[in-house]
Amino acid sequence: MSCELAQTTIHGYFDGELDAVRSAEFERHLERCAECQSTLASIESLHTRIQQSNIYEQASPDLRNRIRKQIKQAAGRTSATPESSRIKWFLAPTFGALAAAAAVITIMFFVVQPRTQSARITAELIDAHVRSLQPGHLMDVQSTDQHTVKPWFDGKLDFIPPVSDYSEQGFPLVGGRRTWLTGTIRRHWFIPAASTSSTFSSGLTARRNSTLTIRVHAKATTGFHGKPAKCVFA
Amino acid sequence: MLEPEDRIRFEQLVLPHLDSAANLARWMLRNRADSEDVVQEATLRAFRFVGRFHGGDARAWLLQIVRNTCYTWLGKNRPAELMTEFDEDVHQLPAANPETLASQADERQRLMLALESLPPRFREVLVLRELEGCSYKEIGEITGIPIGTVMSTLSRARERLRQTLTVATAKEAF
Repeated sequence: MSCELAQTTIHGYFDGELDAVRSAEFERHLERCAECQSTLASIESLHTRIQQSNIYEQASPDLRNRIRKQIKQAAGRTSATPESSRIKWFLAPTFGALAAAAAVITIMFFVVQPRTQSARITAELIDAHVRSLQPGHLMDVQSTDQHTVKPWFDGKLDFIPPVSDYSEQGFPLVGGRRTWLTGTIRRHWFIPAASTSSTFSSGLTARRNSTLTIRVHAKATTGFHGKPAKCVFA
Repeated sequence: MLEPEDRIRFEQLVLPHLDSAANLARWMLRNRADSEDVVQEATLRAFRFVGRFHGGDARAWLLQIVRNTCYTWLGKNRPAELMTEFDEDVHQLPAANPETLASQADERQRLMLALESLPPRFREVLVLRELEGCSYKEIGEITGIPIGTVMSTLSRARERLRQTLTVATAKEAF
Protein backbone atom coordinates (compact mmCIF):
# COMPACT_ATOMS: atom_id res chain seq x y z
CA MET A 1 0.00 0.00 0.00
CA SER A 2 1.36 3.35 -0.91
CA CYS A 3 -0.16 6.75 -0.40
CA GLU A 4 0.09 8.97 -3.43
CA LEU A 5 0.11 12.16 -1.36
CA ALA A 6 3.12 10.89 0.58
CA GLN A 7 5.09 10.99 -2.66
CA THR A 8 4.98 14.65 -3.56
CA THR A 9 2.20 16.75 -2.03
CA ILE A 10 3.68 16.20 1.40
CA HIS A 11 6.82 18.07 0.33
CA GLY A 12 4.78 21.08 -0.75
CA TYR A 13 3.08 20.93 2.63
CA PHE A 14 6.33 20.68 4.52
CA ASP A 15 7.83 23.56 2.57
CA GLY A 16 4.75 25.73 3.06
CA GLU A 17 4.12 25.84 -0.68
CA LEU A 18 0.51 24.60 -0.75
CA ASP A 19 -2.31 27.11 -0.87
CA ALA A 20 -4.61 27.32 2.14
CA VAL A 21 -7.25 25.00 0.71
CA ARG A 22 -4.89 22.24 -0.35
CA SER A 23 -2.97 22.58 2.85
CA ALA A 24 -6.10 22.17 4.97
CA GLU A 25 -7.15 19.19 2.85
CA PHE A 26 -3.77 17.62 3.35
CA GLU A 27 -3.89 18.17 7.10
CA ARG A 28 -7.20 16.36 7.27
CA HIS A 29 -5.67 13.51 5.33
CA LEU A 30 -2.55 13.54 7.48
CA GLU A 31 -4.55 12.85 10.62
CA ARG A 32 -5.70 9.55 9.19
CA CYS A 33 -2.72 8.43 7.11
CA ALA A 34 0.04 6.65 8.98
CA GLU A 35 2.27 6.58 5.92
CA CYS A 36 2.11 10.34 5.50
CA GLN A 37 2.77 10.85 9.19
CA SER A 38 5.92 8.78 9.07
CA THR A 39 7.04 10.35 5.79
CA LEU A 40 6.56 13.81 7.24
CA ALA A 41 8.62 12.85 10.27
CA SER A 42 11.40 11.61 8.06
CA ILE A 43 11.38 14.76 5.90
CA GLU A 44 11.58 16.82 9.07
CA SER A 45 14.38 14.78 10.50
CA LEU A 46 16.39 15.06 7.28
CA HIS A 47 15.77 18.80 7.30
CA THR A 48 16.96 19.09 10.90
CA ARG A 49 19.98 16.99 10.17
CA ILE A 50 21.00 19.25 7.29
CA GLN A 51 20.36 22.40 9.31
CA GLN A 52 22.44 21.18 12.20
CA SER A 53 25.31 19.89 10.13
CA ASN A 54 26.68 23.30 9.37
CA ILE A 55 27.61 22.49 5.78
CA TYR A 56 26.85 25.90 4.33
CA GLU A 57 29.93 27.24 2.56
CA GLN A 58 30.36 30.96 2.74
CA ALA A 59 32.36 33.04 0.31
CA SER A 60 35.94 33.19 1.53
CA PRO A 61 37.57 36.59 2.14
CA ASP A 62 39.97 35.72 -0.65
CA LEU A 63 37.13 35.19 -3.12
CA ARG A 64 35.51 38.46 -2.10
CA ASN A 65 38.78 40.29 -2.70
CA ARG A 66 39.28 38.67 -6.06
CA ILE A 67 35.80 39.69 -7.15
CA ARG A 68 36.20 43.27 -5.99
CA LYS A 69 39.51 43.55 -7.76
CA GLN A 70 38.12 42.06 -10.92
CA ILE A 71 35.14 44.41 -10.98
CA LYS A 72 37.39 47.37 -10.40
CA GLN A 73 39.45 46.37 -13.40
CA ALA A 74 36.43 45.65 -15.58
CA ALA A 75 34.84 48.96 -14.63
CA GLY A 76 38.13 50.77 -15.25
CA ARG A 77 38.35 49.38 -18.75
CA THR A 78 34.87 50.45 -19.78
CA SER A 79 34.56 53.79 -18.09
CA ALA A 80 36.93 56.53 -17.10
CA THR A 81 34.25 58.59 -15.36
CA PRO A 82 35.15 59.32 -11.78
CA GLU A 83 32.56 57.69 -9.63
CA SER A 84 33.09 59.36 -6.29
CA SER A 85 30.68 62.20 -7.00
CA ARG A 86 28.00 59.73 -7.99
CA ILE A 87 28.50 57.64 -4.91
CA LYS A 88 28.23 60.70 -2.75
CA TRP A 89 25.01 61.56 -4.46
CA PHE A 90 23.79 58.09 -3.88
CA LEU A 91 24.65 58.20 -0.20
CA ALA A 92 23.10 61.52 0.53
CA PRO A 93 19.64 61.02 1.98
CA THR A 94 18.64 62.98 5.05
CA PHE A 95 20.41 62.21 8.27
CA GLY A 96 17.34 60.68 9.87
CA ALA A 97 16.71 58.31 7.03
CA LEU A 98 20.35 57.38 6.95
CA ALA A 99 20.39 56.61 10.63
CA ALA A 100 17.30 54.51 10.22
CA ALA A 101 18.80 52.68 7.29
CA ALA A 102 21.96 52.05 9.27
CA ALA A 103 19.95 50.69 12.15
CA VAL A 104 17.94 48.38 9.96
CA ILE A 105 20.92 47.19 8.00
CA THR A 106 22.85 46.50 11.18
CA ILE A 107 20.02 44.45 12.55
CA MET A 108 19.66 42.58 9.30
CA PHE A 109 23.34 41.95 9.21
CA PHE A 110 23.35 40.32 12.59
CA VAL A 111 20.18 38.39 12.11
CA VAL A 112 20.42 37.34 8.52
CA GLN A 113 24.10 36.76 8.24
CA PRO A 114 24.65 33.90 10.66
CA ARG A 115 22.58 31.35 8.82
CA THR A 116 20.57 31.22 5.68
CA GLN A 117 18.04 28.63 6.69
CA SER A 118 15.51 31.25 7.43
CA ALA A 119 17.06 34.34 5.96
CA ARG A 120 13.91 35.27 4.17
CA ILE A 121 11.68 34.76 7.17
CA THR A 122 14.08 36.70 9.29
CA ALA A 123 14.13 39.54 6.81
CA GLU A 124 10.35 39.60 6.86
CA LEU A 125 10.37 39.48 10.60
CA ILE A 126 12.65 42.48 10.74
CA ASP A 127 10.54 44.30 8.17
CA ALA A 128 7.48 43.63 10.26
CA HIS A 129 9.21 44.85 13.38
CA VAL A 130 10.45 48.00 11.75
CA ARG A 131 6.90 48.66 10.55
CA SER A 132 5.68 48.05 14.06
CA LEU A 133 7.99 50.71 15.45
CA GLN A 134 5.78 53.36 13.93
CA PRO A 135 3.84 54.93 16.80
CA GLY A 136 1.01 52.80 18.05
CA HIS A 137 1.99 49.67 16.11
CA LEU A 138 4.28 47.95 18.56
CA MET A 139 1.86 45.83 20.49
CA ASP A 140 -1.59 44.39 20.25
CA VAL A 141 -1.64 43.38 23.88
CA GLN A 142 0.40 45.25 26.43
CA SER A 143 1.24 43.36 29.58
CA THR A 144 4.27 42.06 31.43
CA ASP A 145 2.28 39.04 32.55
CA GLN A 146 2.67 35.84 30.54
CA HIS A 147 -0.75 34.78 31.70
CA THR A 148 -2.33 37.85 30.16
CA VAL A 149 -0.39 37.75 26.92
CA LYS A 150 -0.94 34.07 26.22
CA PRO A 151 -4.75 34.00 26.50
CA TRP A 152 -4.92 37.03 24.22
CA PHE A 153 -3.99 34.76 21.33
CA ASP A 154 -6.99 32.51 22.02
CA GLY A 155 -9.21 32.37 19.00
CA LYS A 156 -6.80 34.47 16.98
CA LEU A 157 -4.54 31.59 16.08
CA ASP A 158 -5.34 27.95 15.53
CA PHE A 159 -2.69 26.83 17.97
CA ILE A 160 -1.34 28.01 21.31
CA PRO A 161 1.97 29.84 21.12
CA PRO A 162 4.40 29.35 23.99
CA VAL A 163 4.83 32.70 25.69
CA SER A 164 8.05 32.84 27.66
CA ASP A 165 9.55 35.54 29.78
CA TYR A 166 13.18 36.25 28.95
CA SER A 167 13.68 38.84 31.69
CA GLU A 168 16.72 37.05 32.99
CA GLN A 169 18.38 37.36 29.63
CA GLY A 170 17.61 41.05 29.62
CA PHE A 171 14.49 40.90 27.47
CA PRO A 172 11.53 41.51 29.75
CA LEU A 173 8.16 40.68 28.32
CA VAL A 174 6.03 43.70 27.64
CA GLY A 175 3.38 42.40 25.35
CA GLY A 176 2.41 40.58 22.22
CA ARG A 177 1.62 41.21 18.62
CA ARG A 178 0.36 39.17 15.75
CA THR A 179 2.34 39.34 12.55
CA TRP A 180 1.69 37.65 9.25
CA LEU A 181 4.56 36.52 7.18
CA THR A 182 4.12 35.66 3.56
CA GLY A 183 7.16 33.47 3.16
CA THR A 184 7.32 29.77 2.82
CA ILE A 185 5.90 29.10 6.23
CA ARG A 186 2.28 29.67 6.85
CA ARG A 187 1.30 30.17 10.43
CA HIS A 188 3.12 32.43 12.76
CA TRP A 189 2.99 34.15 15.97
CA PHE A 190 5.24 36.86 17.09
CA ILE A 191 5.72 38.10 20.59
CA PRO A 192 7.81 41.17 21.04
CA ALA A 193 9.03 41.85 24.51
CA ALA A 194 10.09 45.42 24.71
CA SER A 195 11.62 47.29 27.56
CA THR A 196 11.58 51.07 27.62
CA SER A 197 14.43 51.11 25.14
CA SER A 198 12.27 48.99 22.89
CA THR A 199 14.21 45.84 23.20
CA PHE A 200 12.22 43.13 21.62
CA SER A 201 12.40 39.45 21.49
CA SER A 202 10.24 37.31 19.38
CA GLY A 203 9.50 33.71 18.99
CA LEU A 204 8.40 32.27 15.75
CA THR A 205 7.02 28.81 15.42
CA ALA A 206 6.66 27.53 11.96
CA ARG A 207 4.14 24.83 12.30
CA ARG A 208 2.75 22.64 14.97
CA ASN A 209 4.87 19.53 15.26
CA SER A 210 7.53 21.10 13.17
CA THR A 211 11.08 21.13 14.34
CA LEU A 212 11.79 24.58 13.04
CA THR A 213 11.76 27.16 15.77
CA ILE A 214 13.29 30.53 15.41
CA ARG A 215 13.84 32.82 18.29
CA VAL A 216 15.14 36.29 17.80
CA HIS A 217 16.25 38.50 20.61
CA ALA A 218 17.10 41.91 19.47
CA LYS A 219 17.62 45.31 20.82
CA ALA A 220 16.08 47.46 18.18
CA THR A 221 16.04 51.19 17.94
CA THR A 222 13.04 53.30 18.51
CA GLY A 223 12.74 56.04 16.03
CA PHE A 224 15.90 57.06 14.34
CA HIS A 225 18.17 58.01 17.20
CA GLY A 226 18.92 54.91 19.20
CA LYS A 227 21.93 52.77 18.64
CA PRO A 228 21.42 49.28 17.32
CA ALA A 229 22.79 46.58 19.55
CA LYS A 230 23.16 42.88 19.18
CA CYS A 231 20.71 40.39 17.80
CA VAL A 232 20.99 36.81 18.90
CA PHE A 233 19.81 34.27 16.46
CA ALA A 234 19.05 31.01 18.18
CA MET B 1 28.09 49.59 -22.42
CA LEU B 2 28.80 49.84 -18.75
CA GLU B 3 27.84 52.99 -16.94
CA PRO B 4 29.25 54.03 -13.56
CA GLU B 5 25.77 53.36 -12.16
CA ASP B 6 26.26 49.75 -13.12
CA ARG B 7 29.05 49.36 -10.64
CA ILE B 8 26.91 50.79 -7.87
CA ARG B 9 24.05 48.54 -8.89
CA PHE B 10 26.38 45.59 -8.95
CA GLU B 11 27.58 46.36 -5.45
CA GLN B 12 24.02 46.70 -4.23
CA LEU B 13 22.59 43.71 -6.05
CA VAL B 14 25.31 41.13 -6.27
CA LEU B 15 27.72 41.58 -3.39
CA PRO B 16 25.12 40.86 -0.68
CA HIS B 17 24.53 37.43 -2.23
CA LEU B 18 28.11 36.26 -2.59
CA ASP B 19 27.69 33.68 0.16
CA SER B 20 24.74 32.17 -1.65
CA ALA B 21 26.71 32.11 -4.89
CA ALA B 22 29.72 30.50 -3.24
CA ASN B 23 27.59 27.90 -1.49
CA LEU B 24 25.70 26.86 -4.61
CA ALA B 25 28.86 26.61 -6.71
CA ARG B 26 30.69 24.72 -3.99
CA TRP B 27 27.97 22.07 -3.94
CA MET B 28 27.56 21.94 -7.70
CA LEU B 29 31.27 21.41 -8.31
CA ARG B 30 32.05 19.57 -5.05
CA ASN B 31 35.31 21.39 -4.75
CA ARG B 32 36.15 24.76 -3.31
CA ALA B 33 38.99 25.84 -5.60
CA ASP B 34 37.04 25.15 -8.81
CA SER B 35 33.91 26.70 -7.40
CA GLU B 36 35.70 29.93 -6.53
CA ASP B 37 36.92 30.25 -10.11
CA VAL B 38 33.40 29.68 -11.35
CA VAL B 39 31.89 32.19 -8.94
CA GLN B 40 34.44 34.73 -10.07
CA GLU B 41 33.50 34.12 -13.68
CA ALA B 42 29.80 34.23 -12.88
CA THR B 43 30.04 37.51 -11.00
CA LEU B 44 31.90 39.02 -13.92
CA ARG B 45 29.03 37.96 -16.16
CA ALA B 46 26.56 39.37 -13.66
CA PHE B 47 28.48 42.63 -13.76
CA ARG B 48 28.26 42.78 -17.55
CA PHE B 49 24.53 42.00 -17.52
CA VAL B 50 23.64 44.15 -14.54
CA GLY B 51 22.16 46.81 -16.79
CA ARG B 52 19.65 44.25 -18.01
CA PHE B 53 18.42 43.40 -14.55
CA HIS B 54 15.14 45.17 -14.11
CA GLY B 55 14.22 44.61 -10.52
CA GLY B 56 12.93 41.50 -8.85
CA ASP B 57 14.79 38.88 -6.92
CA ALA B 58 18.50 39.72 -7.15
CA ARG B 59 19.59 36.56 -5.38
CA ALA B 60 17.65 34.34 -7.79
CA TRP B 61 19.04 36.31 -10.72
CA LEU B 62 22.63 35.87 -9.52
CA LEU B 63 22.16 32.22 -8.62
CA GLN B 64 20.75 31.55 -12.06
CA ILE B 65 23.93 32.92 -13.60
CA VAL B 66 26.08 30.95 -11.15
CA ARG B 67 24.16 27.77 -11.84
CA ASN B 68 24.49 28.13 -15.60
CA THR B 69 28.18 28.90 -15.30
CA CYS B 70 28.58 25.76 -13.19
CA TYR B 71 26.92 23.60 -15.83
CA THR B 72 29.02 25.10 -18.58
CA TRP B 73 32.13 24.45 -16.53
CA LEU B 74 31.09 20.86 -15.79
CA GLY B 75 30.31 20.24 -19.45
CA LYS B 76 33.78 21.40 -20.38
CA ASN B 77 35.80 19.87 -17.56
CA ARG B 78 33.86 16.90 -16.22
CA PRO B 79 31.29 15.90 -18.82
CA ALA B 80 30.87 12.46 -17.25
CA GLU B 81 29.22 13.97 -14.21
CA LEU B 82 26.41 15.37 -16.29
CA MET B 83 25.71 11.97 -17.82
CA THR B 84 24.22 10.71 -14.58
CA GLU B 85 21.28 12.96 -15.26
CA PHE B 86 20.10 10.72 -18.04
CA ASP B 87 20.33 7.30 -16.46
CA GLU B 88 19.65 8.04 -12.83
CA ASP B 89 16.59 5.79 -12.80
CA VAL B 90 18.26 2.94 -14.60
CA HIS B 91 21.41 2.83 -12.54
CA GLN B 92 21.43 2.93 -8.81
CA LEU B 93 24.25 5.44 -8.84
CA PRO B 94 26.36 4.67 -5.81
CA ALA B 95 28.76 7.48 -6.63
CA ALA B 96 29.59 7.63 -2.96
CA ASN B 97 30.87 4.30 -1.86
CA PRO B 98 28.66 3.24 1.07
CA GLU B 99 31.68 1.93 2.90
CA THR B 100 33.51 5.19 2.57
CA LEU B 101 30.37 6.86 3.81
CA ALA B 102 29.92 4.53 6.72
CA SER B 103 33.48 4.94 7.86
CA GLN B 104 32.89 8.63 8.31
CA ALA B 105 32.28 8.84 11.99
CA ASP B 106 31.67 12.49 11.60
CA GLU B 107 28.03 13.28 10.88
CA ARG B 108 28.87 16.42 8.96
CA GLN B 109 31.33 14.61 6.74
CA ARG B 110 28.84 11.84 6.10
CA LEU B 111 26.14 14.26 5.06
CA MET B 112 28.55 16.08 2.77
CA LEU B 113 29.56 12.88 1.03
CA ALA B 114 25.96 11.74 0.70
CA LEU B 115 24.93 15.06 -0.82
CA GLU B 116 27.89 15.01 -3.19
CA SER B 117 26.93 11.54 -4.38
CA LEU B 118 23.61 12.77 -5.79
CA PRO B 119 23.23 13.77 -9.44
CA PRO B 120 23.69 17.52 -9.96
CA ARG B 121 20.01 18.01 -10.71
CA PHE B 122 19.03 16.63 -7.31
CA ARG B 123 21.89 18.30 -5.53
CA GLU B 124 20.96 21.75 -6.77
CA VAL B 125 17.34 21.61 -5.61
CA LEU B 126 18.39 20.33 -2.20
CA VAL B 127 20.99 23.03 -1.78
CA LEU B 128 18.58 25.72 -2.91
CA ARG B 129 15.76 24.53 -0.70
CA GLU B 130 17.48 23.22 2.42
CA LEU B 131 20.53 25.45 2.62
CA GLU B 132 19.40 28.55 0.80
CA GLY B 133 15.74 28.49 1.85
CA CYS B 134 14.50 29.30 -1.67
CA SER B 135 10.81 29.09 -2.51
CA TYR B 136 9.67 26.75 -5.27
CA LYS B 137 9.19 29.75 -7.52
CA GLU B 138 12.78 30.83 -6.95
CA ILE B 139 14.06 27.30 -7.48
CA GLY B 140 12.17 27.22 -10.78
CA GLU B 141 13.65 30.54 -11.80
CA ILE B 142 17.19 29.54 -10.92
CA THR B 143 17.22 26.03 -12.34
CA GLY B 144 14.80 26.37 -15.22
CA ILE B 145 12.81 23.44 -13.84
CA PRO B 146 9.11 24.11 -14.56
CA ILE B 147 7.46 25.24 -11.34
CA GLY B 148 5.08 22.29 -11.47
CA THR B 149 8.01 19.89 -11.41
CA VAL B 150 10.00 21.48 -8.59
CA MET B 151 8.00 19.68 -5.92
CA SER B 152 8.43 16.22 -7.46
CA THR B 153 12.12 16.80 -8.15
CA LEU B 154 12.63 17.85 -4.57
CA SER B 155 10.68 14.82 -3.41
CA ARG B 156 12.92 12.46 -5.36
CA ALA B 157 16.05 14.29 -4.27
CA ARG B 158 15.14 14.06 -0.60
CA GLU B 159 14.26 10.42 -0.94
CA ARG B 160 17.57 9.69 -2.61
CA LEU B 161 19.52 11.54 0.05
CA ARG B 162 17.62 9.77 2.80
CA GLN B 163 18.35 6.37 1.21
CA THR B 164 22.03 7.16 0.81
CA LEU B 165 22.28 8.16 4.43
CA THR B 166 20.34 5.11 5.59
CA VAL B 167 22.63 2.75 3.70
CA ALA B 168 25.60 4.48 5.25
CA THR B 169 24.20 4.24 8.76
CA ALA B 170 23.20 0.59 8.30
CA LYS B 171 26.70 -0.28 7.14
CA GLU B 172 28.12 1.42 10.13
CA ALA B 173 26.05 -0.76 12.46
CA PHE B 174 27.97 -3.87 11.39
